[in-house]
Amino acid sequence: MYYEFDSVLDMTGSVLAAGAVADTPGVDPVIEVRDLRMSYGDKEVLAGVDFTAVAGEVLVLLGPNGAGKTTTIEILEGFRRRSGGEARVLGVDPEQGAEQWRARLGVVLQSWRDHSKWRVRELLHHLGGYYAEYSTASRPRPWPVDELLDVVGLTESAGTRIARLSGGQRRRLDVAIGIVGRPELLFLDEPTVGFDPEARREFHDLVHRLTDVDETTIMLTTHDLDEAEKLADRILILAHGRIVADGSADELSRQVAGETEIRWTRDGQRFVHSAADATGFVRELFRQHGEAIGDLEVRPSSLEETYMKLVREAEGGTR
Amino acid sequence: MMRVVGLGLRRGLIELRQSLSSGTDLFGYALPAVFLVIALVWMRGSTIPGTEMALGVHSLIGSLALLIVVSGFMSMMQYLSMDREDGTLLRAKATPNGMTGYLLGKIVLVAGVAVISCAFVLVPGLFLVDGLTLGADGALALLWLLPLAFLATMPLGAVLGALFDNPRQASLVMLPLFGLTAVSGIFYPITALAGWVQGVAQVFPVYWLGLGLRSAFLPDALAAAEIGGSWRPLQTAGVLVAWALAGLLLAPGILRRMARRESGSAVAARRERAMTRMTV
Repeated sequence: MYYEFDSVLDMTGSVLAAGAVADTPGVDPVIEVRDLRMSYGDKEVLAGVDFTAVAGEVLVLLGPNGAGKTTTIEILEGFRRRSGGEARVLGVDPEQGAEQWRARLGVVLQSWRDHSKWRVRELLHHLGGYYAEYSTASRPRPWPVDELLDVVGLTESAGTRIARLSGGQRRRLDVAIGIVGRPELLFLDEPTVGFDPEARREFHDLVHRLTDVDETTIMLTTHDLDEAEKLADRILILAHGRIVADGSADELSRQVAGETEIRWTRDGQRFVHSAADATGFVRELFRQHGEAIGDLEVRPSSLEETYMKLVREAEGGTR
Repeated sequence: MMRVVGLGLRRGLIELRQSLSSGTDLFGYALPAVFLVIALVWMRGSTIPGTEMALGVHSLIGSLALLIVVSGFMSMMQYLSMDREDGTLLRAKATPNGMTGYLLGKIVLVAGVAVISCAFVLVPGLFLVDGLTLGADGALALLWLLPLAFLATMPLGAVLGALFDNPRQASLVMLPLFGLTAVSGIFYPITALAGWVQGVAQVFPVYWLGLGLRSAFLPDALAAAEIGGSWRPLQTAGVLVAWALAGLLLAPGILRRMARRESGSAVAARRERAMTRMTV
């Protein structure tokens, strides 16, 4: 039911998105961060972070615990004052962001336990009400509650008290609240923790829908590298308060110049080899053995390997 | 702006309805009524010294004053402190004009809770005591007295709720409030207490709210039993206005500071502390 609905939206989505691109003047960055710094006392959490995000982009922030991911997001959300550097979110300094600016953002934090006595529909309806005065012709706000419940798969829980939701349902509600104002920019801090594979898959569909239909820019953090690879237009790896890599998953693995794994069989025997120049290696392999080679597999280094390598390099650099 | 006011009012009414459908909350409203009924039965036959008026009347009105102060001050403080801990306040911060809506909602909720608690006490109380009258003058007095009582208590409750980081710390304030009740002539006329105690009690709003309510509900002849033999409406208004001004001056700055400091990691840290407290 949820899937059917989604696929229809996907089709209309591509039409809408095409129209939206045509009349969007210029391409001002949605997020622009330069030399962002944050210290708590002596401890430097962010040591000069630079990046930009453009409209409709899905930016995934990866990094080990304590690397400064949440701090970065909180600064951009306007919840935390930076110690130095410049930040512009939707053209506004987040420290100066007024309610008008706030209405264009969506925020999903790591853990919410709020409004536990409210019912799901009641809360979405109430919170949506605050966005009504910021409605525009191109972006009617808020998102109609029934439609939103359907989009996040909570229709059947509409009358449930929030305290009684399961962990995954609660998370979906958090996402629903994050997008009830049809944000132009959505921050998601580890959105899929506690999701089962199906819920995760549905969430990924929702992210695609938001970027395709609504031209929503999304910035999310995750620990799930597979998820990062699936969702990200661009991946930022944050380690020790610095961006150590910035690019698509492919670009990152090329940047790292990881070794490619090659597997083959010859005369019924299995072989595995890692090579920096996979093409050259395979060419040589065939030149030597020709027809004897079977079951050839060439696997470029995965995002996981790239990530581990980059983070280790960053750690080596500071130690 | 009108839309936000509407949202805030509706928010308050929704939370009031939730409170009325919660067994724990209802028990909390009914408990003072049970205590009062026991006290009223026990003090049957006693009169206010120097008058013919039953002491029960004095206690009934006094407990209304106490309930209004407890709701306005304590409930406001506890709601704020709880909502900070569970992230409700952060949610308000993440919503455009959400803080305004949140605070308006809390004012409606707290005022509603005060009225409900009073009703719980008033209904059985009226069966047990005679002599409560509410004339046009009295009703008029309530019209300025009640809003002023809320203004004198809610902003200060909000300030303390913003300062205390967890609801358990906040409940420490209960103790001084009980002490204040004991000296404020709530259950027994203040004139029976030592002079300096009377002086202390007259600094705080509890005594004055009790006095104001007596002036509204009792015949004027009984003013003779009060300090100075008068209802002293001007002083009542003066003291309550002073407390209201103090609260209204302090509250915006402190609430803004609280809101500014609210962030996901702040809520997470508080939650972590709450968890350790539970396991210890």
